[in-house]
Amino acid sequence: MAATATPKLLLADIDEPGLHTREVYERRGGYDSLRAALQMSPEEVLRELEASGLRGRGGAGFAMGKKASFLPKGAMDKYLVCNADESEPGTFKDRELMQKTPHMLLEGIVIASYAAGANRGFIYVRGEYDLQADVLDAALAEARAAGYVGEDIFGSGHSLSLVIHRGAGAYICGEETALLDSLEGKRGNPRLKPPFPANQGLYQGPTLINNVETLATVPVIIRMGGEEYAELGVEGSTGTKLVSVSGHVRRPGNYEIELGIPSREIVYGLAGGPPEGREVKCWFPGGSSAPVLMPEDLDVPYDFDSLGKAGSMLGSGAIIVIDDSTPILDVALKVAKFYRHESCGKCTPCREGTNWTVKMLERIESGEATPMDLEIMASVQEHIIGNCLCVLGDAMAMPIGSMIAKFRDEFESHIEDARAKRGLGDAAASEVALGAQGAEESGHRLAAQGTGAQAPGEHAGAPGTQKGGA
Amino acid sequence: MSGPQDPPDDALEEALDTILTSALAGRPRPVARFEHGSRVPGWDEAVDLEKDPAQIPDPASVDVPAALRDEIETHMESYPDRRSAVLPALRAAQRVHGWCSPQAIEQVASVMRVTPAYLESVATFYDMLETAPAGRHDVYVCTNISCSMRGADELYEAIRGAAASDEDINVRSFECLGACDIAPMASVDGVYVGPLGTEDVPRLLDDVRAGRPVLIEKQLAGRPAADPGANTGEYSQAGD
Repeated sequence: MAATATPKLLLADIDEPGLHTREVYERRGGYDSLRAALQMSPEEVLRELEASGLRGRGGAGFAMGKKASFLPKGAMDKYLVCNADESEPGTFKDRELMQKTPHMLLEGIVIASYAAGANRGFIYVRGEYDLQADVLDAALAEARAAGYVGEDIFGSGHSLSLVIHRGAGAYICGEETALLDSLEGKRGNPRLKPPFPANQGLYQGPTLINNVETLATVPVIIRMGGEEYAELGVEGSTGTKLVSVSGHVRRPGNYEIELGIPSREIVYGLAGGPPEGREVKCWFPGGSSAPVLMPEDLDVPYDFDSLGKAGSMLGSGAIIVIDDSTPILDVALKVAKFYRHESCGKCTPCREGTNWTVKMLERIESGEATPMDLEIMASVQEHIIGNCLCVLGDAMAMPIGSMIAKFRDEFESHIEDARAKRGLGDAAASEVALGAQGAEESGHRLAAQGTGAQAPGEHAGAPGTQKGGA
Repeated sequence: MSGPQDPPDDALEEALDTILTSALAGRPRPVARFEHGSRVPGWDEAVDLEKDPAQIPDPASVDVPAALRDEIETHMESYPDRRSAVLPALRAAQRVHGWCSPQAIEQVASVMRVTPAYLESVATFYDMLETAPAGRHDVYVCTNISCSMRGADELYEAIRGAAASDEDINVRSFECLGACDIAPMASVDGVYVGPLGTEDVPRLLDDVRAGRPVLIEKQLAGRPAADPGANTGEYSQAGD
């Protein structure tokens, strides 16, 4: 239970000088798991992975061993793709792993490729991670020179060619099918599923896609044995997890925790809680795509199922803490603007929904909104969820929907205050409370009153939308 | 995330005029429009519809710097399908030309044997590929949620203001750069620095202009992990 007792599997001595070199990594027992795994049959490696209960660390939380076992058997070109396009707001765990212990990731990739029978691998690193991609390049050159990546590794007959691919700045490329399109040299648009990548992925071949942290955990599992690894954590969420804590906390950073510890222990115990004299107002448990939770939810155990039951999700393991000095409207606007900018523009509910959500939030900010806007906004979110090829739209709809539900009073008082500032009066009592009779006529009157200042905003809004879809 | 293209000032004024006039007359507010009656900017720069679409350029007639050609060809060889090299190739061309200029696009197209239109479709999708002339030094300020709660918006304005007269510096607000532990932060020519205050701005820009390593004591590269249990040595491997 005590956070200090958590075994450090991924972060052990992470700052040891030279850990990014093969020499130091091997002195610490690195690549022993690879040797051991290559003595086993691929099926045995898969069984260990399944026994470990390891769930994907990128956001969706799908069982890693099961995902690997979905790849068809037989001789054909199969691919393994490491998703290192870490762009979920609040998440920075993969960055630390790639930068400080790149060989651990490479070892995990070679073992996973052996288990899945893939002979070509790619690491898709987000374009902004220059340093991390450089470190990986150097590590890969060392691993190649040592024969750990390449033809007939350790005489096992397994070969793997590995390429480090740098992206160019697009959140959507963290979505697995968009990542595949981007890796094929196209715009990063998500694909229709099914077929799932395990059947038809990169270059139409069977493809296993896993997050950096997931793959970096693979050598640990081989070393410990799947069943022993499964004893860590809680049922349904085994093992340890890197948690990136940011926002209003005293010690932001990456922490390795055993899944299932109370969230409070992470936010207050490890990260130090909000600054002196402030209180937690709400927190995102799994990146900005997760519905927000309240201070009283801090006692929820930090694992996949408990957070799901609490109405949110573990996601990528990024906790963003917001204290009582921040208006909820600011948070909602930041979140909505991010998804508007990053929507690829392919599906209408997401492209339009993100744009109109931003516009409605801006109306609230500028004092032109009425309480009815909250209803419309909530219904827009409902119409996005589940109606697009990928979950980018949902990723905005879920947190915005949860903020409207949990902070309705604050939104309403903001609407009233901002209206009063503009001299528009009490929305609820006035004739412009839409829904009252004569809505159309009063709507016009509102437009006439509000035009002077709104026009430039409206004008500037259009080009922004344009680029957002581009 | 390249800054929104503002409509020309006179167009804006004209639109404002129309809006105000109709507002005073009590009419519903008209939609602001650009030239050609469109609500979408850029339509006044109409393409020539009579013209045939550009073909794959003839390699014999396009001069490509040898180093750029080599780099693109190396990238193409490392993938099963040469088109996978589009992103690395465009980034290489951008380093040479400063942005994905028509000339840069033509050079990549001639080496990769794809049409310029295909490359432009890709270039417009990604934030790090510039589709208009930009300064050679990139300063990306993260203004996403964790950074903005710690003052990133003020930081961005301060850097933008201080670098406004310097065409060589390309200051942009960027979506989450994955470094919320050093919020508010910026990526300066790919080097992450933070946490930054507005008082760091003059030195940051001086370092960029002088070509020195930027704010060396604030670089992410030298920052230890936050987890107190990470570096005890207690859990290190047997056989050290």
